[in-house]
Amino acid sequence: MSLSANDKATVKALWAKISPKAEDVGNEALSRMLYVYPQTKTYFSHWSDLTPGSAPVRKHGKKVIGGIGLAVEKIDDLFAGLLTLSELHAFQLRVDPANFRILSHNILVVLAMLFPDDFTPEAHLAMDKFLARVALALSDKYR
Amino acid sequence: MVQWKAEERAAIQAVFAKLDYESVGRETLTRLLVVYPWTRRYFGGFGNLFNSEAIMANPKVAAHGIVVLRGLEMALKNMDDIKNTYASLSELHSEKLQVDPGNFQLLGDCLTVVIATRMRTEFTPDIQAAWQKFLAVVVSALRKQYN
Repeated sequence: MSLSANDKATVKALWAKISPKAEDVGNEALSRMLYVYPQTKTYFSHWSDLTPGSAPVRKHGKKVIGGIGLAVEKIDDLFAGLLTLSELHAFQLRVDPANFRILSHNILVVLAMLFPDDFTPEAHLAMDKFLARVALALSDKYR
Repeated sequence: MVQWKAEERAAIQAVFAKLDYESVGRETLTRLLVVYPWTRRYFGGFGNLFNSEAIMANPKVAAHGIVVLRGLEMALKNMDDIKNTYASLSELHSEKLQVDPGNFQLLGDCLTVVIATRMRTEFTPDIQAAWQKFLAVVVSALRKQYN
């Protein structure tokens, strides 16, 4: 399910719209992932506070959404563009890739909440495809 | 048996209380057919499903959206025994409609997205948690009769 030129244009346009609130999106998505899918908390046992909107969650949400922003920039070659991040996730973090889908779902829910008029069915399609592709690129170095 | 806390029941009731079945049903099914186009295989008799405008305007999609939400309402009204409440629905989907049960998750995800556009920040993490649990129970019940 590769990204068409239209998908890429749609993702970039949507990203431009949401960029001013990127940090909020990151915080909300990560907060919901940890709260609604508590099994994901197992990766963050070293944090002092895993509750929605806490300082460590907000800080990490910013990092994660920054990674997605990077992926938008590298949308024409995600595998090359996300190589370092893939190595990080494969060898150091060793996050089970099933969790990428959970985070992606929460990103979509938050986009729908905060940008209901922009998150049209077409934008939803493009974003879902894009995030799936990002997950694939992130898991590329796993084995 | 699934245990529901009082807050979870209240949360699910809160979501349903605000649901405009016609609008939410139509948009949910539209998103399913647009975002996951292989699902169109189950709606051969619905006519024009070629693009999102056609799907959104399709009266059969609108009608079916309401059918789906009425089905979910049955689960809401029988939260302590969704499994048995859905026994015949599960058989319908497996024997007659022959729907790949993976699609139930996809429909649930689309519905969650639409609810998020309607409720916006009122769709709190607490409400989302209860809602996702409800959907998981519904999907599991729908899968029960598949063999």
